[in-house]
Amino acid sequence: MVDVQYDALADAPPAEVPEVELYHPKSWWTRYVFSQDAKVIAIQYSLTATAIGLVALVLSWMMRLQLGFPGTFSFIDANQYLQFITMHGMIMVIYLLTALFLGGFGNYLIPLMVGARDMVFPYVNMLSYWVYLLAVLVLASTFFVPGGPTGAGWTLYPPQAILSGTPGQDWGIILMLASLILFIIGFTMGGLNYVVTVLQARTRGMTLMRMPLTVWGIFTATIMALLAFPALFVASVMMLFDRVLGTSFFMPALVEMGQQMKYGGGSPILFQHLFWFFGHPEVYIVALPAFGIVSDLISTHARKNIFGYRMMVWAIVAIGALSFIVWAHHMYVSGMHPKFGFFFATTTLIIAIPTAIKVYNWVLTLWRGDIHLTVPMLFALGFIITFVNGGLTGLFLGNVVVDVPLSDTMFVVAHFHMVMGVAPIMVVLGAIYHWYPKMTGRMLNDALGKFHFWVTFLGAYLIFFPMHYIGLLGVPRRYHDIGEAAFIPSSTHTLNAFISIMALIVGFAQMVFLFNLVWSYFKGRPSGGNPWRATTLEWQTPETPPGHGNWGKELPVVYRWAYDYSVPGAAQDFIPQNQPRAKPALQGAAP
Amino acid sequence: MAETALTNPGGQPAPGGWQGIAADWSSDQRAFKNVSWGKAMMWIFLLSDTFIFSCFLLSYMTARMSTTVPWPNPSEVFALEIAGHHIPLILIAIMTFILISSSGTMAMAVNFGYRRDRVKTAVLMLVTAALGATFVGMQAFEWTKLIMEGVRPWENPWGAAQFGSSFFMITGFHGTHVTFGVIFLIAIARKVWRGDFDHGRRGFFTSRKGNYEIVETMGLYWHFVDLVWVFIFAFFYLW
Repeated sequence: MVDVQYDALADAPPAEVPEVELYHPKSWWTRYVFSQDAKVIAIQYSLTATAIGLVALVLSWMMRLQLGFPGTFSFIDANQYLQFITMHGMIMVIYLLTALFLGGFGNYLIPLMVGARDMVFPYVNMLSYWVYLLAVLVLASTFFVPGGPTGAGWTLYPPQAILSGTPGQDWGIILMLASLILFIIGFTMGGLNYVVTVLQARTRGMTLMRMPLTVWGIFTATIMALLAFPALFVASVMMLFDRVLGTSFFMPALVEMGQQMKYGGGSPILFQHLFWFFGHPEVYIVALPAFGIVSDLISTHARKNIFGYRMMVWAIVAIGALSFIVWAHHMYVSGMHPKFGFFFATTTLIIAIPTAIKVYNWVLTLWRGDIHLTVPMLFALGFIITFVNGGLTGLFLGNVVVDVPLSDTMFVVAHFHMVMGVAPIMVVLGAIYHWYPKMTGRMLNDALGKFHFWVTFLGAYLIFFPMHYIGLLGVPRRYHDIGEAAFIPSSTHTLNAFISIMALIVGFAQMVFLFNLVWSYFKGRPSGGNPWRATTLEWQTPETPPGHGNWGKELPVVYRWAYDYSVPGAAQDFIPQNQPRAKPALQGAAP
Repeated sequence: MAETALTNPGGQPAPGGWQGIAADWSSDQRAFKNVSWGKAMMWIFLLSDTFIFSCFLLSYMTARMSTTVPWPNPSEVFALEIAGHHIPLILIAIMTFILISSSGTMAMAVNFGYRRDRVKTAVLMLVTAALGATFVGMQAFEWTKLIMEGVRPWENPWGAAQFGSSFFMITGFHGTHVTFGVIFLIAIARKVWRGDFDHGRRGFFTSRKGNYEIVETMGLYWHFVDLVWVFIFAFFYLW
C-alpha cells in the first residue's frame, strides 16, 4: 500500500487573473455615497428602482380606480389616465425591472458568484448608477413640468406621441426621450462591466459551465441589452429631433386642427421597427435573469441539483438569440406583408421550444425533491405557474390570425402582465427574500413573507384572469372609460370594479413587504453566513454582509458546479462550490 | 490595469483553430486568453456602438428609399469650386484621406507604445489627434457651407427634407465620436508624455496604475470611428 498525499490545490488551475486593484474609500462619502463597491452600487440601484417603482404602483392604482369606478373620481380625467398608463408602463419595464435585475442583482451577485473582488472597472460602474439616477430624476421631473408627463403610451408611437392632441406634448415627451437616452448611456457603462466581469474575471476553477444559472441569465440578458438598447437610443434621438427641430424621420404629412403641418415624408412604421427591435429583446432582458434566479432558488430550496444544467444554459442562450428575430409580432396590425407575418409567427413559436425545456427542467428539478416551502420557494413556484399561464396566452397572440382580433384589447394587457409583469416580479420578490440575509445578515420575517406571497400570488390571478375574459369580449386597452357599448355586457363593469379592488389589495400587500424590509433590518433574526445551506460562492464569504473586496485575504477556488445538493455519501446535503474534492479512493493497491 | 500577458501556464502548446476556441471558452477565469479587461470592454462597447450606427444608417436608407420627393444629388451638393474647377465630393475625399491617415499614425503610436518609446508614442498620438481635429474642422466647414446654402434639418432647397435631417444627424453623431476620440487621445498622450505608464502613477479617479496597453485600446476606438466613416462615406455620399 502506498499512501498518497492528496493535494487539493493541485486540482485548481494556476492563477491567471491578478487581483483587482480596489479603490479604498477614504471618507463616509466615498464609502456609502460615491462608492465604487459593486455591492453598495447594487443597493443604490435597488433602492432607486424601488422608489420609482412605488410611483408606478400608485399610478396603477389611479388607473384601476378610474377603470373600476369611471366618473367617480374627479381628479382623474382622460388625459391624466393616458399619462398614468404611459408612466406606469415605462417605469415598470425599464426603470424598475431592467434596472433592478441588471443594476441591482447583477451588481450584487455577479462578482460574488464568480468569485471576483469587484466589477472589473468599479469607477465606470459607479458612474453607471449616477447616470441612471439622473435618468430617473429627469423622468420624475415630468410630473411637475407644464403639461405633465407624456401620455403617448409606453410604446411612444409617432405621429401621435408628439402631436398636440396627446397630453405632455410640451415637455413630457421631450424629457421622456432625454431620460431614455440617459438611461441607455448609464446602462451601457454598467452592462459592459457585467459582461467583462463574467468573461474575464472569474476565479480559479470557475469555468463558464460551472457558473450558477443566475449569472448565466444576467450575463445573457446584459449582452442582449447592449445590442437591443441601441435601437431605442436611435429611435429616441430621431423622435427628439422630430419634436424639437421639426425633422420628419417618423412624421408623415399631416393635417392638425385643419392646418397642414410642416412635417412630411417620414415613416411611423420605421419607429415601430426600431422600437420593437429593442422592445422584444427587452421582454427577455427582464425574463432571462428571472429564469436564472428561479433555477437557483428551486434547486436550493428543493435540495436537489438542477435538472439538465447544460440544456438550461443553452436554452438561455437560444432564447436570447431568437428574441432578436421576432420583433415584428408586435406589429401584425401595422399592415405588413402576410409573408412577414408568417415568418415572425414561426420564429415566435420556435421560442416556445427552449422555453418549454426550461419549464420542464424546473418541474423535473422539483420532482421527488426535498421541497422546503420557504418564502423564496413559494415565489419561485408562483413564478413557474404564472409564467406558464402567460406563455400559453402568448401562443394565442403569436399567431397572426388569432392576434388580429385580439390586438389592442385587454387580453394583450392581461397577457403581458402575467408573463413579463407578475412573473418576473415574483422572482424579484423571491430573490429578495433569498438574498436579503446575505445583504444584511438578518432574515426577513417569515409570517409577513408568507402573507405577502399569498396575497400577491392569489391577488395577481384575481386581477389578471378576469382581464383575459374582458379582453376576449373585445374591451379595448388604453380607454379611460369604456362607456355603454352594445357588445360589452354590463357585468363587465362589475368585473372591472372587482379587478380594481383586488389591485388595491395587492398593492397594499407590497406595503407590508416594504415594512418587512425595514423592520427586519433592525429586528430580524440573525441569519448567519449561509442560512439556506446553499452551495454557491456568495454564501461562502468570510463575512456577512461581505466586506469591501468580498473575500478577505484569498480568493476562493472552485472545484465543482453550483448544484451539489443531496449528493449520496456526502456529510451534508450540500457541498459548497469551493470545497475540494474528497480524497480519491486508492486504486490498484494490490498487489 | 495591472495585468500581464499570459505565459501559457501549463507548459504544453495551446491547441489551435476551433479546438483552441473551445478550449479557451471551456477553461476557467477568462474566455479570451491574453486579452486584458480594458481591451475586452472596448471590443464589446464597439459591438454595441456598431448597432447604434447600423440603426442610424438603416433608418437613413429607409427614409431615402421610401420618400416620394427626389433625393438631392450628393455629388453636386458636396461639390466645391476650386480655382474655377467644379470638383464633386472633393472636400469629402480630403476628409476621408485625412481620417484614414490618422488611422496610420494611430497604428504607429500603438507600435511605439509597445516598445515603451514614450516620446514617439505621445507625438504620434498628438498627430493623430491633430488629424482628427482637422477632420472635425473640415466637417464644421462643410456644415457651415450647407447651412449657408439653406440646408436645415427640416428642409433644404433641393428635395427630400430627410436629406438634411439624416445628414446632420449621422455626420453629427460621427463627428461627436471623433471629437471624444480627440479629447481622449490628448488626455492619454499627456499621460504617456509624463511617463505615467513607466512609473506606475495612479489614476486620479480610479486610483489604478495604467500601462501602455491603453494606447492600443484607444487605437481600437479610433480605427472603429474610421471604419464607421467608410460606411457613411459609401452609403451617404457615394450612393
